[in-house]
Amino acid sequence: MAQVKFIKKDNVSAWLEELGQKHEVLAPRFEGDSIIFRPYDASKGFFIEREATAPPKKAIFPQSETLLKFSNIKDLENPEKVALDVKENLPDSSWVVFGGRPCDARGFTMFDRVYLNGKHVDAYYKARRENTFFITLACEKGETTCFCNWVGSGPSDPTGSDVLMVPVEGGFFLEAVSDRGASLLDSSLLEDGDSKQAEADKVKVEADKSMGEAQDLSKAPEKLLAVFDNMEHWEEMSAKCLSCGACTYLCPTCYCFNITDESDGISGTRIRSWDNCMSSMFTMEASGHNPRPTKAHRLKNRVGHKFSYYPDLHDGVISCCGCGRCIKSCPVGVDIRQLVLSAIAYEAKEAAND
Amino acid sequence: MTSNPYLPAMATIQEVIEETPNIKTFRVTLNNPEIKKNFSFEPGQVGQLSAFGIGEATFVINSTPTRMDYLQFSVMRTGEVTSKLHTLSAGDQIGVRAPLGNCFPYEAMKGKDIVFVGGGIGMAPLRTLLYYMLDNRDDYGKITLLYGARSPVDMAFSYELPEWMERDDLDTHLTIDSEYEGWEHNVGLIPNVLLDINPPSKNAFAVTCGPPIMIKFTVQALAKLGFKDDQIITTLEKRMKCGIGICGRCNIGGSYVCQDGPVYTYEQLKQLPNEM
Repeated sequence: MAQVKFIKKDNVSAWLEELGQKHEVLAPRFEGDSIIFRPYDASKGFFIEREATAPPKKAIFPQSETLLKFSNIKDLENPEKVALDVKENLPDSSWVVFGGRPCDARGFTMFDRVYLNGKHVDAYYKARRENTFFITLACEKGETTCFCNWVGSGPSDPTGSDVLMVPVEGGFFLEAVSDRGASLLDSSLLEDGDSKQAEADKVKVEADKSMGEAQDLSKAPEKLLAVFDNMEHWEEMSAKCLSCGACTYLCPTCYCFNITDESDGISGTRIRSWDNCMSSMFTMEASGHNPRPTKAHRLKNRVGHKFSYYPDLHDGVISCCGCGRCIKSCPVGVDIRQLVLSAIAYEAKEAAND
Repeated sequence: MTSNPYLPAMATIQEVIEETPNIKTFRVTLNNPEIKKNFSFEPGQVGQLSAFGIGEATFVINSTPTRMDYLQFSVMRTGEVTSKLHTLSAGDQIGVRAPLGNCFPYEAMKGKDIVFVGGGIGMAPLRTLLYYMLDNRDDYGKITLLYGARSPVDMAFSYELPEWMERDDLDTHLTIDSEYEGWEHNVGLIPNVLLDINPPSKNAFAVTCGPPIMIKFTVQALAKLGFKDDQIITTLEKRMKCGIGICGRCNIGGSYVCQDGPVYTYEQLKQLPNEM
């Protein structure tokens, strides 16, 4: 049986400080109107009553990171020649991510299939992934934008987490999901959790009920492909889209990146940064040809990737964790659920029009 | 490749050949003897060249694994990375991440007649396979080469053309788009010249690479000649960054050109979403 504990609400800050002695702790807190994951600072506290505005993606996939450092070295024996020294810059930080939601932790499992289990292992991602622990808070109630239950998950899904916290009277029920999660529960601030198990189970059941009925997306991969070439459909779907990219930057499963060099002349760095498939330059080729010239092309690729190409490559797993941030933060109200459902319903609609 | 797939191997430029006003060929050798000893690739695979401080870009390795004295890359000057690469000369250091991607199905092509149709810089990947086949000549049937460029000055590998023309075991045809003083070969667009050459499609493969518009009409010409979709092979350009199927940029549907390509049969391409 999994190790279970209980922590009083008033003891959480002390626990985070204790965890902070061994690890760096990332926790959500208010900054302006947004709830953002930041290095935990006891004087600023944390806020976990609502899903954070942005996911804790940067813990393992920083918005910008240095891959390599290079410098030119002058050969004094042969003044015309310059040697190059290139060094990799592998990360050594370790994080405890506190207060993310099940969708946030599960999001990284979509990364894992691409970054760790493909033909090549991403050394930078691997170094962070192996040293990052997730203490995840189960949701008591889905928000109107939540649809984790459509994509094979749920408000208390432990997938990707090390410890699952469930809110109960006076504090949190803590359940070790992984062995390394169990190691985080070795603290005198925590009490035995067995007596809270039934209450926690009830919270989970109520949370599941709050999500409403899940839509069946099993046909999404083939249906999206079927409508792929109908540009009229995609132009209609993308009419409102501003190509701002907020959906990608706030998405726990969006993993595309760019690689660029920065140089001060003598030395420099090779940097990886988040990229955005909604940007018109994303696929622009050196010849000037752009295979995705309009926002309609780009939107269908984004939806197609998450709900068709990725599942086809990865055992049917949809590359969307249903967190709903892309819906909540879209300035013009594009709703990815409607995009997918429209594709699924497309043939039926066509048939009805005939 | 090292355990860190983003870390280039350092290489030294041995020779730079000015092919055309905007194409240079770089012959490079890997610096680290251990990496050099263990390095291997197959015809059609690509590599990322680093111009440190500017960035990386993808180029086909257009030398052949049958001649490993150096690795050869031909670079057309089109943007920042290629412009920087064009400033490099013999003795300069360069970063190489290779080999990346898949290769031509040279085993499956054994015993078949081969028709190469190259346009402009698109001759580079064909050159690799051409030399591979010429170095394993008994494994392949009749080899026909049609190479076209806008004008004679735009023709890369011009110093190799006389040898290609003279070889008895290679049927070479050259063409340029319009009349040019002193030009003794074909004049006309590649697909039209291909129809005139009329190579048999039976027991044959066609390999084509060039500008997208050329490929489009070449494929139509090949179809007229009786080539089926699975007998037509091409190699694609895409914007690539990581080169290892992770960064999410060069996909056509579920296929990542940097990893699952750049070599595809026309039959395979037709099964992918229409997003060339």
